[in-house]
Amino acid sequence: MPSSRRTRTPVRTRPRGTVLAGLVMGTLVMSGCGPAEADNTLTWYINPDAGGQAAIAEKCSEESGGRYSIETSLLPNDAASQREQLARRLAASDTSLDIMSLDPPFIPELAEPGFLAPVPEDVAEATTENVVEGAIAGATWKDELVTVPFWANTQILWYRKSVAQAAGIDTTNPVTWEQVMEAARTQEKTLGVQGAQAESMTVWLNALIESAGGSIIVDPEATADTVELGLDTDAGIAAAEVISTIGKDGLGGPGLPTQDENASLIAFQGDTGSFMVNWPFVYPATVAAVEAGTLDQAVLDDIGWGIYPRMSEDQEAAPPLGGINLGVGAASDNPELAYEAIECIVSVENQSEYFVTNGNPPANTEAYEDPRIEESFPMAETIRDSLQVAAPRPQTPFYNEVSTGIQQRWAPPAAVDPDSTPASSSDFITSVLRGEQLL
Amino acid sequence: MTSAIPAKTTTASPAEAGPRLEAGSGNGNRTKTGRAPKQYSDRTRAERRLGWILAGPAFIIMLLVTLYPILQAIYESLFRFRLTAPDERAFIGLENYLVILSDPVWWSGLWTTVFITVVTVLVELVLGFALALVMHKALKSVRGLLRTAILVPYGIITVVSAFAWFYAFDINSGYVNSWFAWLPGIDENLNWFAQGPTALFVIMASEIWKTTPFISLLLLAGLAQVPDELSEAAKVDGATWWEQMRKVIIPNMKAAIMVAVLFRALDAFRIFDNVFIMTNGAYGTEVLSLLAYRQSISRLEIGLGSAVSVLLFLCVLLICFVAIKLFKVDLAGTQGGK
Repeated sequence: MPSSRRTRTPVRTRPRGTVLAGLVMGTLVMSGCGPAEADNTLTWYINPDAGGQAAIAEKCSEESGGRYSIETSLLPNDAASQREQLARRLAASDTSLDIMSLDPPFIPELAEPGFLAPVPEDVAEATTENVVEGAIAGATWKDELVTVPFWANTQILWYRKSVAQAAGIDTTNPVTWEQVMEAARTQEKTLGVQGAQAESMTVWLNALIESAGGSIIVDPEATADTVELGLDTDAGIAAAEVISTIGKDGLGGPGLPTQDENASLIAFQGDTGSFMVNWPFVYPATVAAVEAGTLDQAVLDDIGWGIYPRMSEDQEAAPPLGGINLGVGAASDNPELAYEAIECIVSVENQSEYFVTNGNPPANTEAYEDPRIEESFPMAETIRDSLQVAAPRPQTPFYNEVSTGIQQRWAPPAAVDPDSTPASSSDFITSVLRGEQLL
Repeated sequence: MTSAIPAKTTTASPAEAGPRLEAGSGNGNRTKTGRAPKQYSDRTRAERRLGWILAGPAFIIMLLVTLYPILQAIYESLFRFRLTAPDERAFIGLENYLVILSDPVWWSGLWTTVFITVVTVLVELVLGFALALVMHKALKSVRGLLRTAILVPYGIITVVSAFAWFYAFDINSGYVNSWFAWLPGIDENLNWFAQGPTALFVIMASEIWKTTPFISLLLLAGLAQVPDELSEAAKVDGATWWEQMRKVIIPNMKAAIMVAVLFRALDAFRIFDNVFIMTNGAYGTEVLSLLAYRQSISRLEIGLGSAVSVLLFLCVLLICFVAIKLFKVDLAGTQGGK
């Protein structure tokens, strides 16, 4: 057969050197070591979204008139894996980390060892004007802005109007956890909270403790040996009472011990849905489900929203804060250019556009004035109000230890005991931080 | 028994027996100078050289990609070193090991891992043996098809099969609860991943489903090596099916069984994917690989994580040692050389 001959002979006749050279060249090209990239190319490591960041990158590249061109590079799906990848690259002084989309809780860990390029003063000033308090707090480490707030996320209370009405809850006023739990109990419905052993557990606990006037970490800037936790306090015990009651009384349903944000949304859309604390993605996801025909329009019409529940009637809630900030790697070849690009990325116009197309709320309050926002996100005002009072998770270089420690001791909710869990989890995390225990 | 002793002294191992016999042809004092290279025939020497040329590059690459990281891990395990605090790196000797070995988290991880290993390997061995018997006895015309069908789970990427099993048992999207609601203890409110025993059941079931084909293929190779005459002779002597199994077939495929058990035990002991996807170590399902991952990759504690990895490596070595030295697993025997 001619074909077999064709495949066999060239290997013999081609000099070995050519094959080797080809292999080496191939490796070089694939690993991106070739001289092909121009000097003004910036790499932006983005978290997965609905294409919004890539669109902004393209738009800003065009607007720069050739001064720079932004290429996006996709990070893993969950925040923890994004952090793992970025931290390793930063520790290895990877020069390709020009712009990074960072989850705020992990920023101190990267800022402390000097992995982030300092934010120029003029950029800091221009990009924090009209930005919500919580987002600036999340972008700051040791009183210095180390990243630029891009979009800010917060959890609000979602409820089924029919259930709230039947339970006689006045949703025009702020509600308390006590009311919400009582409603679920009397109406025999389930609450949408996140009881899985995952980051969402820390988000929930932090919001409860902050709403009760406490903090998970008393002195965020302390070193690992001296850090003092605020878990075993009145606020921590009050939070434990809420979590434990929901777990022990079965108010979260049988799925609670493995329930994260997505799972609680699915339960909320079902027959037992009543009240849920969750991020704004809930709304576009529900609209999409109705459009796809997998959910009744009646469910969507039955959904209402308000500010996160309070711990006590007379104390304002401190809802969870999330979002994405933009940082520049210390080893980047083009930090000035990167900050120039960041100024473009976080422009008010881009933030509005990103909210409308991708559902991620702006950190800049001005961006909420875009008329399109009210149309696609009727709860935009609630989100903006919530962002103004939202509290960030503990800002500490040891956030991963603190969060993982909380997850291991505060999940499942039914196992939480207000008398012992706050103290024992506090001891556990402290000894992990001192290097005396594994996590 | 005594007759075996002189035989052993002349042919120390099967590997040396070959060359020595050939070198001996035409040479009277082979027992004294048998080890000298010049005694080998040209053909043997050429074969040996060819062997090295063929295996050498792979051997060197293996050294580079396995020995180097192992040595580096041992070295790093002696330091207190956090990737995000490079300036605070300090030599602390064996302190990391002390922290780990005095921590209940390590021991509970170890027992969970051992439990998963023992249960999955035992169940896989029984199921795999049954499948191997079916394949062995199957008609020639369907044997290929049967083998392919049985191998399908093994061909699936572990992460993919872990997700498939996770979603099947998940309380929100799973169908298992409604399909098996007629069984006692299973109803629509059973959250499989909310407590250790049920979560481990799903993890182990998924593991067994996926790797039984591997063990059954190894056992099939062992079955094929048992001469038919032996079982026929046993049958003529009036042995029942069970007696044939116990006295003829299983003893004759002991080598294959032990190799299968060893390979699977090593694999099962390093279980990661299924646990990572289904529970991420929550509620008493933490295994040692996950513990190492959590320290090195999540916490970026390179020193502590390396120490966990080194201990895990020592456990694996121990399994190999026990299998090879105590149970006398002959790894060369199944290559078809004997």
